Amino acid sequence: MYNFEFEKPSTVADAVSALGGEDAQALGGGQTLIPTLKQRLAAPSTLVSLGGIPDIQGVCIEDDGSVAIGGATIHATVASEAAGSYPALAALAGQIGDPAVRNRGTIGGSLANNDPAACYPAGALGSGATIITNTRQIAADDFFEGLFSTALEEGEIITTVNFPVPQAASYQKFLQPASRFALVGVYLARFADGVRVAVTGASEDGVFRWSEAEEALNKEFRQDALTGLSINPANMIADLHGSKAYRAHLVSVMTKRAIEACM
Amino acid sequence: MPKDSGIGASSKRREDVRFLTGAGNYTDDINVHGQAYVHFLRSDIAHGRIKSIDTSAAEAMPGVVKVFTGKDFEGVGGMPCGWEVTDKHGAPMQEPPHPILAQGKVRHVGDPIAAVVADSLEQARDAAEAIDLDIEVLPAVMNMKTAAQDGATLVHDDLKNNICYDWQLGETDDAKVDEVFANAAHVTTLDLVNNRLVANPMEPRVAVGEYKPGTGDYTLFTTSQNPHVIRLLMCAFVLGLPEHKVRVVAPDVGGGFGTKIFHYAEEAFCTFAAKACNRPVKWTSSRSEAFMSDAHGRDHVSKIELALDADNNFIGLRTNTYANLGAYLSTFSSSVPTWLHGTLMAGNYKTPVIQVNVKAMFTNTVPVDAYRGAGRPEATYQLERVVDKAARELGVDPIALRRQNFITQFPYDTPVALTYDTGDYNGTMDKLEVAADLAGFAARRAESEANGKLRGLGINCYIEACGIAPSNIVGMLGARAGLYDAATVRVNATGSISVMVGAHSHGQGHETAFPQVVADMIGIDESMVEIVHGDTSKIPFGMGTYGSRSLAVCGSAMVKATEKVIEKAKKIAAHLLEAAEADIELKDGQFSVAGTDKSVAWGDVTLTAYVPHNYPLEVEPGLEETAFYDPANFTYPAGAYACEVEVDPETGQVTVEAFNAADDFGNIVNPMIVDGQVHGGIGQGIGQALLENCAYDEKGQLLSASFMDYAMPRADDVPFYGVDHSSQTPCTHNPLGVKGCGEAGAIGSPPAVVNAVLDALNSGGKAVDHIDMPMSPSRVWAAMNS
Repeated sequence: MYNFEFEKPSTVADAVSALGGEDAQALGGGQTLIPTLKQRLAAPSTLVSLGGIPDIQGVCIEDDGSVAIGGATIHATVASEAAGSYPALAALAGQIGDPAVRNRGTIGGSLANNDPAACYPAGALGSGATIITNTRQIAADDFFEGLFSTALEEGEIITTVNFPVPQAASYQKFLQPASRFALVGVYLARFADGVRVAVTGASEDGVFRWSEAEEALNKEFRQDALTGLSINPANMIADLHGSKAYRAHLVSVMTKRAIEACM
Repeated sequence: MPKDSGIGASSKRREDVRFLTGAGNYTDDINVHGQAYVHFLRSDIAHGRIKSIDTSAAEAMPGVVKVFTGKDFEGVGGMPCGWEVTDKHGAPMQEPPHPILAQGKVRHVGDPIAAVVADSLEQARDAAEAIDLDIEVLPAVMNMKTAAQDGATLVHDDLKNNICYDWQLGETDDAKVDEVFANAAHVTTLDLVNNRLVANPMEPRVAVGEYKPGTGDYTLFTTSQNPHVIRLLMCAFVLGLPEHKVRVVAPDVGGGFGTKIFHYAEEAFCTFAAKACNRPVKWTSSRSEAFMSDAHGRDHVSKIELALDADNNFIGLRTNTYANLGAYLSTFSSSVPTWLHGTLMAGNYKTPVIQVNVKAMFTNTVPVDAYRGAGRPEATYQLERVVDKAARELGVDPIALRRQNFITQFPYDTPVALTYDTGDYNGTMDKLEVAADLAGFAARRAESEANGKLRGLGINCYIEACGIAPSNIVGMLGARAGLYDAATVRVNATGSISVMVGAHSHGQGHETAFPQVVADMIGIDESMVEIVHGDTSKIPFGMGTYGSRSLAVCGSAMVKATEKVIEKAKKIAAHLLEAAEADIELKDGQFSVAGTDKSVAWGDVTLTAYVPHNYPLEVEPGLEETAFYDPANFTYPAGAYACEVEVDPETGQVTVEAFNAADDFGNIVNPMIVDGQVHGGIGQGIGQALLENCAYDEKGQLLSASFMDYAMPRADDVPFYGVDHSSQTPCTHNPLGVKGCGEAGAIGSPPAVVNAVLDALNSGGKAVDHIDMPMSPSRVWAAMNS
């Protein structure tokens, strides 16, 4: 690891200010950033920890019934505190990594990193969440821009993620056997005004919505709604753990299982 | 009735107290006053010619003590290979130099090019980034079959080709083998890969070198399974130092699995650099370095053919294997695909004609050497896969086919150089059939199918050869070392006992099991006995721990030494009791005169040995004996394993639902420790079968270079195991009648898992002959949809 300065502000304003420095880098739970630093693959001048800002931590239910999660909230907190209000999302949080990861990693860090195999991007996109930053509100549909790429500007901090709660939802995660990230993960949420299906782990472009499946399910929400539908393997990820065709196949299987779970 | 102490008791592992409370003393816990840190600059190119290395900028960096390159080691020996294999034409193997730091070429990703010693590790890393390298990239030699062809790019320019040796065992007359196959009623053929593995012990390798200019003494603290072997190799072949000036200490070691047997360049470097820098030098491997510098395991590509007669008797077996040795010869690498592999090709079966062919290849990959089982898993995998395939092709019960061909008469001379002393393969299979409730499998399969899953049952038999010996025979086969072991039993004045052993415990539980033996022989409490291991300044010259040898070989030395102690103690007791030595009996820690009530306690005799006032004049004072033990033969543990899996037909996901092992380990000292050894071995075998895959791309880049891509088995990947070791045919030639249990699980489990998965797929109506390990969901799904 290269040397860096370390700051741990207690307000969002101070964090934004600290991130204004040249090559300053926000630190969420550090579950990706710290290993990267240890391998000397990044050399920020200053690490600005977001872990000391009480305003962006915790889970609460808004007046409209949506679930608001502070950007610096760790996965373990979401797994336990959202279990009553949004069980599918809590279940997703409870399947991330291992207990050590779940007690350090944060929702804001995961969304800002947008790893193509991470779970939270599927949860946010599948739920149609709103990512609230220190400057604006970004719809999940506009937030994820590709591998490790988001709509966030330099120095912009995720303060809250607001999740509308669907009538039913399910996250079906097929584990990559080594990392236990999602080899393919499908988050399906059924709202009164429609169904959303978000897929992580599969695409070379990162998390995406499977619109054909959504259309089919919007016509009729039934177990065999996907019959005849398939994902084009062309832009699926191929690696040691699965071919393009296998990932495309898994998207269908995991979606079908999510439908069954929501019946 | 289970015993509560001594031989046969499940005494709790006394070493676990310190391991589980964080009180262990591992090599990385050792810090020597004034130590500097070394960082190795490792090649990120698989194969390249070093044009220039400019270290001047690095040398000027803050904190830098010295920067070393291959030039600093010209005139210093290279890393030695401990076994010379003779090829089938009588020529010695090709043995290229293996310098401590690369000279002329880099030959694998991870090959150390330069070493920076600095006041801190971060300063060393900073300076390493300032080293200017000019390396001409050469084509990487990755595929063993193309590497063997004429005109292939050479890994070592001075060798005639990339073939280390072309070796053969068994029937030398090709025409005779051809005739057996031509006359066979059925021939089963199988091509398979035994996947490359990374051992990944929990503790990465560490070395601390220290030099005392006042006395000229060196100390090397290192993560080793065999400190005396390291001292001998490093002193005699690498650095040219006299052994009495070098102490090698292997303190608590956090797992070895074979990969810590070998003498590594980093150990020699730290010892050498400690003098060159006049500073202690410490190296701690990162996990990333471990992936590209610890010797890997397995990596065989084989074709096996089994010939059967019209009655399904095995009449011939032929195998052709390409064995990957990597870029350099690691310490015992050459012995693994040959004498530890070809010799096991008979398995549990009385196949009369066997021919084993092995081409060992140099490639631009990390060196490959022994990993839990070392050659024997590769042999078992080939044999048991082809037997299973034959059963399916012939439509016969795989257990019946095995039973029909079992060796039943002992001793048995195999066609591949071994003499099995004892065994009861049918008896062990009987145990398995009961323990695994094979009769209930059909019902369990029906239940799985009702849940939409395919269920398969995989059977496997194995035999292994442990405690490799005797020295005169292995010497004829090319070993450059003896394979005995040694123990010193030092009885203290008040009766407690320190036993200095050549074996090294790095997870095996020697600190508990060895004292059980000595305490049992004397009849004292186990807590009175402690072993000392891992320090060449304290222990006699022993060969360390690998190949499931510790109890069978070093334990035998300990028994011999204890017998000498008891014999001497009886002389003293006879004097004290004013009786004839022949009338003295030792029981429960009391020496008594046979047929009388006269007795003297163990502690009184030991005190007399050291305070010899009332003492037999012809007997030396003191009570300490050493024995060296060179076994007459290998030991032959054997077993039968049953694995049940479920396969999700939609995803190809395999789950291991049940795993039962029936092993014959001969006599057993601590059943709980044996259970644990089998559990660990099966876990590693399931890891190989389903998860672990060390993969390179065609340019020689390591694709599975971290735990993000190299899948280690986790607790929820394995079931609760059933382990039965009540089938016991004691070893006929060592005093304890023990055979060794450390590797059995890793040898016996991979074929059982693979056979089970294939049984599941075929039960679902999909004719699949084979899937290479690891049987990942992706591979299983692809096979089901091919």
